[in-house]
Amino acid sequence: MAKYIIKRILAAIPMVLIITVICFALMNLAPYDAIDAMTTPNMSPETVALIKAKYGYDQPVYIQYIRWLDGLINGNFGYSIVTHQSISADLAIRIPNTIKLILPAYLLAYVFAIILGLVAGSHKNKWADKLIDGLCSIGIALPTFWVSMLLMYFLGYKLNILPIVGMHTIGQENSLIDYFRHFLMPFIALFLSFLPDATRYVRSSTITQYSEDYVMVQQAFGASKAEIMFKHVCKNVLLPIITKLGMALPMLVTGAIITETIFGWPGVGPYFVKAIQGMDYPIVMVILVLSSTLVILGNLLSDILYCLTDPRIKDLG
Amino acid sequence: MIVMAKNKNDQKRRIENVLSALKHDKLAIASLVFLVIIIALALLAPILPLDPNTTDVRNMFQPPSPEHWFGTDDIGRDYLSRVIYGGRVSLLVGFLAMITCVCVGVLVGTVSGYCGGWIDSILMRIVDIMSSIPWMVLVTVISLFLKRGLKSIIIVIGFFTWMEIARLVRAETLSLKEREYVMYAKFVGIPGYVIILKHIIPSVLPTIIIAASTGIANAIMTESSLSFLGLGIQQPMSSWGSLLQNAQSYMQNAIYMAILPGLLIVLTIFAFNKLGNLLRIFVEPRVMSGEKD
Amino acid sequence: MDENKMTQTGERLLTVDNLKTTFMIHKTKVEAVRGASIHVDDGDILAVVGESGSGKSVLMKSIMGLLPENAQTTADSLVYMGRNLLELSADERRKMRGKEFAMIFQDPMTALNPLKKIGSHLTEVLMRYRKLNKKQAREEAIEALRKVGIPSPEKRLDQYPHEFSGGMRQRVLIAMALCCKPKLLIADEPTTALDVTIQAQILELLKQLRDEEKMSVVLITHDLGVVASLSNRISVMYGGLIMEEGLTDEIFYAPKHPYTRALLHAIPQPTTGVKERLEAIPGMAPSLTNPPAGCPFAERCKYACEKCESEIPAYRQYTKTQRAMCVFTEEELNAMDKEGKADGRTE
Repeated sequence: MAKYIIKRILAAIPMVLIITVICFALMNLAPYDAIDAMTTPNMSPETVALIKAKYGYDQPVYIQYIRWLDGLINGNFGYSIVTHQSISADLAIRIPNTIKLILPAYLLAYVFAIILGLVAGSHKNKWADKLIDGLCSIGIALPTFWVSMLLMYFLGYKLNILPIVGMHTIGQENSLIDYFRHFLMPFIALFLSFLPDATRYVRSSTITQYSEDYVMVQQAFGASKAEIMFKHVCKNVLLPIITKLGMALPMLVTGAIITETIFGWPGVGPYFVKAIQGMDYPIVMVILVLSSTLVILGNLLSDILYCLTDPRIKDLG
Repeated sequence: MIVMAKNKNDQKRRIENVLSALKHDKLAIASLVFLVIIIALALLAPILPLDPNTTDVRNMFQPPSPEHWFGTDDIGRDYLSRVIYGGRVSLLVGFLAMITCVCVGVLVGTVSGYCGGWIDSILMRIVDIMSSIPWMVLVTVISLFLKRGLKSIIIVIGFFTWMEIARLVRAETLSLKEREYVMYAKFVGIPGYVIILKHIIPSVLPTIIIAASTGIANAIMTESSLSFLGLGIQQPMSSWGSLLQNAQSYMQNAIYMAILPGLLIVLTIFAFNKLGNLLRIFVEPRVMSGEKD
Repeated sequence: MDENKMTQTGERLLTVDNLKTTFMIHKTKVEAVRGASIHVDDGDILAVVGESGSGKSVLMKSIMGLLPENAQTTADSLVYMGRNLLELSADERRKMRGKEFAMIFQDPMTALNPLKKIGSHLTEVLMRYRKLNKKQAREEAIEALRKVGIPSPEKRLDQYPHEFSGGMRQRVLIAMALCCKPKLLIADEPTTALDVTIQAQILELLKQLRDEEKMSVVLITHDLGVVASLSNRISVMYGGLIMEEGLTDEIFYAPKHPYTRALLHAIPQPTTGVKERLEAIPGMAPSLTNPPAGCPFAERCKYACEKCESEIPAYRQYTKTQRAMCVFTEEELNAMDKEGKADGRTE
């Protein structure tokens, strides 16, 4: 088993490297770069050359890449073209904000999804299932941004019970209630966006389990419906889900770009969108590398979890 | 597995299955009707008495009324017309992006599955890498490099969502490769691309069709999101997504501007997904009978 | 005849009279069992023989109460050890499964929950019915595994299904069935999915357990060869009905029903000449959604006449233990054979 894990880790490393190469290449292909941000057309070529040398842009491409990569590994993510601020410093504030929003929404969505999915799957084609599945079908057709807009309008403007922008009201940064009031709407929007897919997945998994032979064998030995559900089906449904949670890792950074932007929540989302709109390449590339690496790590985590929990794979090596 | 209808009887049974499913599912019928209406409106828009462009600032922000069924927008244009024309763009983008996506996906999937070996490895690696980047991030980044507009957004959606289809098609190709008629064709010396075109693709067609219908739904959703962020369709063209982006600023005066295009997006995506389900019933007859008799 | 095949107490365990089971699938009626009657006495090994689609599995599941919700079962009589199963609630019937009678199925590879240890499969059943604590249940489980011939049962208890071969898994299922000492074991083609050598072992095990555990067995199979050495009685099923039933010797040496006769002819003999054709029964099983009005076998029967196709024949009792559902008597069938009156449908 340890061998398998090590193999997977070793396989992931080249993927991450390739991603960094792609990102760096994209960055260099851009028609506008950091030097352009720091120089004006009036400057003489010598001045430009000096500036280039100062920031290492006169080096050959592969050395620039290695220096950039080195910086990434050490946590130095470079500087924004627009604001000249340290990207790592910015992210150090923004990523936790995003996590504070996404993590509860994601977890709660999965809790609900598991309950609803199990209910739907075990009552296939009965009214409970039809209702739940129907709601899910509608749910996946709802654009998150639209839901956010409507929430904002009805809860924020019409009923005026919740503030519509930001994470805190100025001056009330320490108030938990204030935070919570700001938190509620984006949380609901995200929760509603995660829920339908997750429920469908659980439902489908439940239906598959119920159609397995071992369920009939259990019935043949007198297991009650409750016993079959809680002692057998649950386990078999939950196990893949737990491993799937590994894939949630990238969501913690880039899972709510649109929602955060609409609600003005100071997370990675608006930071990223502003960077895109302002052609602030260093930021865009850092986030690109970061999120891709998290996807790969998430896959790796899922695989490892699977390895640890599923008895059939444990033995494979 | 999905198989094409074997003969007339089989085909008849599949059609019966679909009809029976339809009968029991009123929503499915409604969805199909809705799709027909909306596609017809989109296609016929130029010859209908619609006027999306005339501004009439005296009548801005009129709520829906008999003269303006969807009201008017921020500069007095008839909103119904704008929404219908917006739908034209949204559906067009959805359709073309889906076609691109399916073409690339089928190409990569069949070649990868049929050739195997290092071609397969490399192509699948590419799929893996591209799948590693969260699509939202990938798509917004690429849009930096392309001039914003209709063509770009079709390319962006089409070229970055084909991975799933490629995987599906590859899996089917792999199993079809072992079928005797394929092996015979190979043996007799028929070139690979002919085999792929004449034998493999027809068998994979059902999968493709189902993937296409959900593909359109996804493409419409993606386009709306991108246009909403300002990265997709640009003025003077508008799509449902960009209409919503515009409506954001005026929610307090005219909430209907935000509700209507959004509602249409939801209904359209829902309807395409329902269509996908129906198609699935058509191509997988075993899904209907659940019992072993 | 093997002495082991003699009945033990001989009292009647199970009576099934005119059982009918229908499924409703999307408004279509599927008649899987159309009026089957069997009985099992203490000490019997009853073989229920029939081809796929004959309804033998559904019959057994109807008795056990294991059918899905779209199935409906009626019977003139369905009595097990004095209890009328039709009058019991679903919950009461459930509590009989695994305890009063037990059933094992065809495919051992998928019959166990892959994420649960073998031990917990067994202890669950034990704790459900025998009010044992964990430790006692474990001891019993080890004993059960030992009885079915699984070596090192203490270690095996903590292993997962994927660590067992097909034959071993089937043994585990038999062990589960034994746990609560039911008087009746129903085995639905228990060896069809296994290698021939393992088949023999499992069947031998069943016979051994019948003697040691004083358990009666209903063995569903489509393989007459399996039946010969094991069972003392046979019921032949076709098209949802029991065509013929009798003692094993009666069936093998003096079959009364054309279907039984055809089945026996179809068994390849070591003495069949190299150039001789194997005798198959031409045609296909009758439709379950639109069953024929007369004898279900009429379409494929070489003796069939008009009367056969118009109504289902009544049983003709030949001996105390043997009866067949056919218009013609044995003598009439033999006569038709001699005269070559058979219309040559088997050929």
